[in-house]
Amino acid sequence: MSRMILARLLQAGLVVLVVGVLCFVLVRALPGDPAMRIAAGRYGPDANITEAAELVRRELGLNQPVLVQLGASLGQLAKLDLGRSLVTGLPITKELRIQLGATLWLSGATLVLSLVLGPPLGLFAGLSRGGWVDRASLGGAIILRSLPPFVLGLLLILFFAMLLGLFPPAGYGTWRDLALPALTLALSLAAVSSRVTRDAVSAVARTPYIAFARLKGLPEPVVMRRHILRNAAIPVVSYLALQAIYLIEGVVVVETLFGIPGIGHALVHAVIARDVPMVQGTALAMGLLFVVVAAGVDLTCHWLDPRPKRI
Amino acid sequence: MRRNWMIAALIGLSTIGAAEAKPLKVVGPWEIAGIDPAQSGYLFSRMQVAETLVSVDASGKLVGGLASSWSTEEDGLSWRFRLRDGARFHDGSPVSAAIVADTLRKVHAGTGVFSQVPVAAIEPEENDVVIRLSKPFVALPAYLVNFSTIVLAPSSFGASGRVERIVGSGPYRVKSLTPPLNMQLEVSPEWTGEKPGIAEVDYQAVGQGETRALMAESGEADLVFSMLPVSVERLKRNAKLDVRIATIPRTRLLKVNAASPLFSDIRVRRAISAALDREGITKVILRNSDLAATQLFPKALAGWHVPELAPLKRDLTAAKVLLADAGWTPGADGILQKDGKPFSFTLLTYASWPELPPIATAIQAQLRQVGIDAKVSVGNSSEIPARHKDGTLEMGLVSRLYSIVPDAIGVLRDDFRPGGSDWGATGWANDNLNGLIESMAATSDPAARLPLQRRAMEILQSELPAIPVTWSELAIVANKRISNVQVDPLEVNYGLAAVRWAQ
Repeated sequence: MSRMILARLLQAGLVVLVVGVLCFVLVRALPGDPAMRIAAGRYGPDANITEAAELVRRELGLNQPVLVQLGASLGQLAKLDLGRSLVTGLPITKELRIQLGATLWLSGATLVLSLVLGPPLGLFAGLSRGGWVDRASLGGAIILRSLPPFVLGLLLILFFAMLLGLFPPAGYGTWRDLALPALTLALSLAAVSSRVTRDAVSAVARTPYIAFARLKGLPEPVVMRRHILRNAAIPVVSYLALQAIYLIEGVVVVETLFGIPGIGHALVHAVIARDVPMVQGTALAMGLLFVVVAAGVDLTCHWLDPRPKRI
Repeated sequence: MRRNWMIAALIGLSTIGAAEAKPLKVVGPWEIAGIDPAQSGYLFSRMQVAETLVSVDASGKLVGGLASSWSTEEDGLSWRFRLRDGARFHDGSPVSAAIVADTLRKVHAGTGVFSQVPVAAIEPEENDVVIRLSKPFVALPAYLVNFSTIVLAPSSFGASGRVERIVGSGPYRVKSLTPPLNMQLEVSPEWTGEKPGIAEVDYQAVGQGETRALMAESGEADLVFSMLPVSVERLKRNAKLDVRIATIPRTRLLKVNAASPLFSDIRVRRAISAALDREGITKVILRNSDLAATQLFPKALAGWHVPELAPLKRDLTAAKVLLADAGWTPGADGILQKDGKPFSFTLLTYASWPELPPIATAIQAQLRQVGIDAKVSVGNSSEIPARHKDGTLEMGLVSRLYSIVPDAIGVLRDDFRPGGSDWGATGWANDNLNGLIESMAATSDPAARLPLQRRAMEILQSELPAIPVTWSELAIVANKRISNVQVDPLEVNYGLAAVRWAQ
């Protein structure tokens, strides 16, 4: 037991080391003087950036050899200290709490909405292949998926905020603020998850074991619940995991459009301003999240399909 | 019976309280990138959370802020700022001269504009702050308007000396601060001036201009700053909104490297200026052809705008003649050449302001008409200062703010000093101009300063170390449910405390 814990700890240490080094090296390999970038990030484009950059260089020790700086950065990480943002001066843990928190709220709301919209529609479409629900949902999915989130978001703002006055066009703080950005993302996700569900359901519905289940006289609700839903859920759940990851890392456009202080927005700013601790902290937190999501999906798939996997 | 009355009164009071508790919703593009005054001080100053010693009124005149009055000795070297009686920070502690002096000393050691003032010493003397200069500098009070000099309570600072929270002395105090996009304010009980009309303010940063317009139109926001030119006409037609436009002292200009072989010839700089279709750019991109910059400063900047100067305007024939005089002849591909080298360079700009990249491409097309090949490169805002520093800058399109200090001399002194500066001249210096600027800095009589300002503007208009392209305006949208909205072209103070709910 203690050996396993030790192995896991070593593994975690290795992950921190690799992420820490990679973030540092990649950010530093980008063109441009980091001190100038940090100064521009801090003081904005009206300031005297050259003078500010000299102070930044001295304050952060950017004139020391790169290996010394890398060592200092890793030393800090080794003490489980993510440090402070080079731009805002706030502790990274606080930045993550606010910005990753905002993204998690948005992602959660999006996933719930997309689950309500996508799979049920896919189920109907899959059970009546070629019927009007199937064709209409295919058309809808193609249109929603081909609209860039930016355009879809604006359309939703025009309809729900301007015309109906139901939700605010932008902002962050209450569930009302989350409605439109979550719907923007959920529609794109539901467009695909409805099709994945539809394919899975229609494939399962045509298998011999479903025909046998019906033949042996099981009532249709039982066939549906015990055989169709459960078997069709496996690819859908796996796909949901991909969607969750897409949500956490890829919503920067939607965050910007709706004024949400999310992690995508923060990461873009951090890379532009060469804010190494912020990039490291975000990468570590995201890495951890992906592990949690992947583990959750594995557990769910195992519960859905408990047969031991043959490799 | 008496109890019933009390209950009724309490209910009445609570309903009034509820009506007042509705926050004033303010939306702007400015993110709270760190709470250090040098970074986001402008936001805390504009939102009336923190104060500077000196402020400005709507006409741009210097008025008291934390200082109720100020005076200078005969020699112009010693300045005395008297603190406002009874001024207290939001934590209840008094604003003392020692705290102010300490703040200003720290700011002077930093990189803000105040560090350019020739300060010898800053000392507290009872309720006065005394600033001693090493040479006369009449613009000192104007420098003390800059947001980097806001005075915060000692309780704002953490153990490491870092600003951890904003405890100011203005009419509003911070209720909650969620960088980078959100800030909530409430009336400070310590404020002794006129009571703000609206008890709470909710500030939300929204980067997208189109989203800001939609927030104004949907009625979600009461006061929205910085609208995109394309949205303004539509917003003006909305009966529920009141659109205010102010000309602000910000000029978009071409920063040319006058030391480079391409632009060292003054005829070439003049030719480039004559090749620009400023009216076309302002009409199409900024939707207001009055913003075509015929000289460095807009008309609103009285004393600095010189109506008699020959305006910078488009004249392609003159541009071609000037270029030919400078030895540039058209090559086979239509691009000008000299000594076998084409007139080709990179026009660098940045996207911190969304209008800069489209203006750069318009300039690219206009220069092509006189045979000049400009390649547009859009980078980070630090790239132009970086290239200025290492001398590789050829031409940059920048947006320069002249009200960092509410006396344009503050920025001019920095921009055109020998060696140039990030957003000013590159490879260009003029002793005559610098002499004029130093004389202005020592001249307290505005009438005596006027001819010096005019002469300085003549030099800049003739030499064109920076080629003005467009002036700027700030569009503010107020919902008609609020009244008494003021527009401050210097963007020092948004006067939120004076805003009232309309009847």
